Amino acid sequence: MSAFARIVWVIVKKDLTVEVRSLEILSTTMFFAVTVVLMFSFGLVVDGRPLNDVAAAILWVAIAFSGTLALGRTFERERHNDTLRALLLAPADRPALYMGKLLGILLLMGLVELVLVPLIGLLFNAPVIQQGMLLGLLVAAGTLGFAAVGTLFAAMLMRARSRDVLLPIMLYPMTVPVMIAGVRGTAALFQPTPDAAVAQFWLSLLAAFDVVFVILALWTFEPVMTD
Amino acid sequence: MNRLSVVDVARHYGRRKALSQINFTCDAGEIVGLLGPNGAGKSTLLNILATLLAPSVGRVEYGNLIPADGAAVRAQIGMLGHDLFLYPELTARENLAFFGHLYGLGDVAARVRAALDRSGLAGRADDQVGGFSRGMRQRVALERALLHDPKLILLDEPFTGLDQASTRALVERLQDRQRAGCLIVLATHDLDVVDGLLTRALFLINGRQSIDSRSGGSLRERYQQAVAGA
Repeated sequence: MSAFARIVWVIVKKDLTVEVRSLEILSTTMFFAVTVVLMFSFGLVVDGRPLNDVAAAILWVAIAFSGTLALGRTFERERHNDTLRALLLAPADRPALYMGKLLGILLLMGLVELVLVPLIGLLFNAPVIQQGMLLGLLVAAGTLGFAAVGTLFAAMLMRARSRDVLLPIMLYPMTVPVMIAGVRGTAALFQPTPDAAVAQFWLSLLAAFDVVFVILALWTFEPVMTD
Repeated sequence: MNRLSVVDVARHYGRRKALSQINFTCDAGEIVGLLGPNGAGKSTLLNILATLLAPSVGRVEYGNLIPADGAAVRAQIGMLGHDLFLYPELTARENLAFFGHLYGLGDVAARVRAALDRSGLAGRADDQVGGFSRGMRQRVALERALLHDPKLILLDEPFTGLDQASTRALVERLQDRQRAGCLIVLATHDLDVVDGLLTRALFLINGRQSIDSRSGGSLRERYQQAVAGA
């Protein structure tokens, strides 16, 4: 195993161990995401029929909000005992530290989405199984784009006093393209007759965003983490 | 690394000067105390020495290395901060093993066992650190900082929350590292504890370095002279 992969693995394993012991982030983000979907379903589903494209929008709203919560809590945990400083002190590639934190957040968001997507299908009569593979890829690509920027910003803001306010202010404008692509691609799949071609177009756009965001984050993580 | 050189280092936060014109050189085997009142810039200087903070002006040299050498420099630095850099949800063994793997050390399990024995916490190795007293956590944190045998050891208020026996054990551990050729820089307010331990004191007053006369009685008296003269 290369040094980069070893560091990524060590950090992911540590984050998962801590989360399994506390279940703090998973439970809060899961409850939050499920509550968002439930509340919207009561308001926007009339006689068992949801408004056009609303299911896709709500799915991505829930992903974005619960993702922000997960990002904030994950880095709050590192801030609480100043352990991020210990990570930065290690003779490890800083991009590997970033990648480890990113993967940990992706796993948590992925677990929430495993509940969220079927719930959307159930409450909004959305065809989540028909083009399941494509839907899964769309959600995964959108989550990666969102978390890639979010991990960088959350780490950057750790020492800022108003980090909880600043994180969404910085994160949402930057990830608007990801959210739009996610909503439009998902909406294409949630039509009575799913439009795979349109979804694939948005998926390729998301993949391009992901490449740009991940490369930029890996490139800038070291300088932004050294004051 | 056998020499640490701090040359004209200053650190500004906007218009506020946290440190100004800090100059000193110290060699392997020394224990240097950073002494001064709260807000004097001790932690800022330690963070600069740890490469966690870049100086606004000036430079730091670690023997032939500079902070830009990145991992090569950081591999030689061990730091114990005021916050202990431990995960409360992990056990003492897991905390040490995590950092051992992160540092890419060989035979992590054996190193961790030895560290737990040294800290006197082998019996509590598999308990979560969150349930430890401050003194016990401090002992685990010290072993974490020294796990990779660093040549430069930076300690920020290492005696906080320690009882007499733990303080004595820490002093002995630092003397052991000194004999092993490590260079130790520590910031502390516990003047009576470190009097006799330090080979040199650097007084920081309002971010500025004050001259240590190295004469005139106890460390506390010299500190009071430095503060009064500022």
